[in-house]
Amino acid sequence: MPRKGILVDRPFERLTREQAELIHQASMQILTDPGLISFNREAVDILHSHGAAVESIAGDHQSWQVKIPEQLVLKALDTAPKTVKLGARNPDNALIMHGDEPRVYLITGSETNIWLDVDFPTYVNKADPTKEIRVPEFKPRRGTIDDLCQSAHVCEHLEMVDGYIRTVNIQDRDITEENKDVNKFFASLNNNTKHFMSGLTSLKQLDNVVRMAELIAGGKKALEDNPIISFITCLVKSPLQFVDDTTETFIEVCRRGLPIVVSSSPQAGTTAPIKEAGIMAQINAEVLAGITLGQLVKPGTPVLYGSVPVRARMDTLGDSYGSVETSQYNIDCVQMARFYRIPNYSTSGVCDSKIPGQQSSIERLFSDMVVTMSGPQYLHCAFGLLDCNSVFCLLQAVLDDTHFKMIEFFLRQPRVDQPELEAMLKQIRDVVATSQKLYIGHIRPVLRSGEISGVYPFEGSGEADDVFELAHERMKELLARPVEHIDRETTARIFEEIPGILPRLNIYESGS
Amino acid sequence: MPEDIINLIQESVIQGRIYKDDEGMDEGMVGQPGVTELVESALASGLSIQSIITKGLSGGMNIVGQKFEAGEYFIPDMLASAQAVGAAMEILEPYLAGSGVNAKGKIIVATVKDDLHDIGKNIVSILLRGAGYTVKDLGNNIDTQAIVDAVREEKPQFLGLSALLTSTMARMADVIQMLEQNGLRDQVKIIVGGAPVSEEFAKSIGADGYGADGFQALAVVEALTSGTEN
Repeated sequence: MPRKGILVDRPFERLTREQAELIHQASMQILTDPGLISFNREAVDILHSHGAAVESIAGDHQSWQVKIPEQLVLKALDTAPKTVKLGARNPDNALIMHGDEPRVYLITGSETNIWLDVDFPTYVNKADPTKEIRVPEFKPRRGTIDDLCQSAHVCEHLEMVDGYIRTVNIQDRDITEENKDVNKFFASLNNNTKHFMSGLTSLKQLDNVVRMAELIAGGKKALEDNPIISFITCLVKSPLQFVDDTTETFIEVCRRGLPIVVSSSPQAGTTAPIKEAGIMAQINAEVLAGITLGQLVKPGTPVLYGSVPVRARMDTLGDSYGSVETSQYNIDCVQMARFYRIPNYSTSGVCDSKIPGQQSSIERLFSDMVVTMSGPQYLHCAFGLLDCNSVFCLLQAVLDDTHFKMIEFFLRQPRVDQPELEAMLKQIRDVVATSQKLYIGHIRPVLRSGEISGVYPFEGSGEADDVFELAHERMKELLARPVEHIDRETTARIFEEIPGILPRLNIYESGS
Repeated sequence: MPEDIINLIQESVIQGRIYKDDEGMDEGMVGQPGVTELVESALASGLSIQSIITKGLSGGMNIVGQKFEAGEYFIPDMLASAQAVGAAMEILEPYLAGSGVNAKGKIIVATVKDDLHDIGKNIVSILLRGAGYTVKDLGNNIDTQAIVDAVREEKPQFLGLSALLTSTMARMADVIQMLEQNGLRDQVKIIVGGAPVSEEFAKSIGADGYGADGFQALAVVEALTSGTEN
């Protein structure tokens, strides 16, 4: 049984069918005029051999202008699977995504450099020293592999987290470009039994991480049936450029038939038009170009339509994930993916705020609600991420889990049918006939059935705002709860066959 | 057999079931006698009023209170049980005199003039009945003179006044003033409550007690009854 996610009965859509069709047509035009610039030779060769017009561009870097004809895109859209399965170490955590079904799976990530610790020092009121309060203090530091293990551990226990994208970049002294991939894959998989998606730091490590996944899944065929890992690549740099190294990675992952996200992240105002129609036509063209390339490499490769559009801040021209328009673009992308019936990877919850607080709550909850309501299949909703994409706070992830429980409850389908209404009519008549005219007695049958939403779990006593302290307690409880690690025998084989994994990650040998 | 009926009454209170058609906390209770049918059976069997009240009804409410304290029961559960006790007490009321059971007292409750809000007042009434008090509920939007007349005629030990609006809470002061003018103020303890009402306001108008919610109102009445109020 796969995870159930959140099935959005009637997804919110901003675009009419005609507007989606217009965006599609505009994207088709973009793919032939101006087309894409490719810095990757192999992509050029593959596209050219299937009918794309290619022209070399003069300059310092070797690059080509590629014009992708419409029929090539349409054929790719035809061969791209409409249902994608993302497996998991625990098969009950598998995700089954149908492109035309708005069932939302909630995913963590993505990689941040800074880990935010929290402490609660006591402050004394100067005017009245008998008055003391504990105030949360957030301390940033560089992320480590221990942090990654902790994050994967807590996210294993967060009820609303359906899949795991690593939340922190491992920057230990003994982590290098060469061993980073195997360590981040092992640390995540060893502490979390949900689906694991990641990018690659070094293409040289692709076969090592695939082999690691095969050992855990139970062999090559078992991994095909239960792909416990998948990949994400930003092969397109906006506007309209195939990047050399990420495109190479993308091609190699497609060759191995593992699920992969074709992701594009244009910034409205700088690398894409600021106007909605413009950024939509461009991002759609960029994602379709990636999907087309992937299907030409290996028809039937499971791909997700990946969209991470964002609006520029007007004060700094940096990303503004907290802006309202960012959510609008994401919702439009969800709709375009559904237009093609390809499962969608979307984004919400990334906020501009630098620490947990009122701004982060408002920004996150706003985008989490509206984007979830649009029904993306794979929602990278940034549990715990702050300061756009650069800071991760585990405490915030615990809060996000709570907020998503509220969203899940809100999106439950209403029960309004004839038997229910007949029962309600009887109840109304019965109660109106009593002297007290209160329905309280009828609360009880539903009180324990899960039909009534709970109070906010981090509500303080009296007027005190104890949210952070209570959430911190919850975080510690989750950390103390054990996780199901990879078994001893498989761990031994992984350490034997895969070079570069830090010995201290072997829980059976290090004594940790 | 008599003990069985008392136990069943206690269980019905815990389940919050008044009639046989009522659902309870547990599955499969519909169709089994509720507290009213059981009290009728107990009376027909000649069981003493005292045992019905102290062992059956109060015994059940004590267990409900423990479950509430333990977080097992919620307020709707408490109210359902209190309603069951209230319904049982209505049946028992004619038998109380001469039964050896001391009546806990009579309380008149009302929402003051120009105020139609009565949820809080109704919850207070349920809890008071469940605790064994005789409650006369005058209703909502009750004229000041009508409240004073009721106090004169019914001679209650307590008067509970409720208001939800800042514009109507001043009527509570009017009622107290008119009771004083009619020489009735010393005969009755006055408890006030409602969203805009506070302890400070209650003191300023000369009320004897203030309840922030139904449970506090009941606690205040109980404290005033036993003379342990602050």
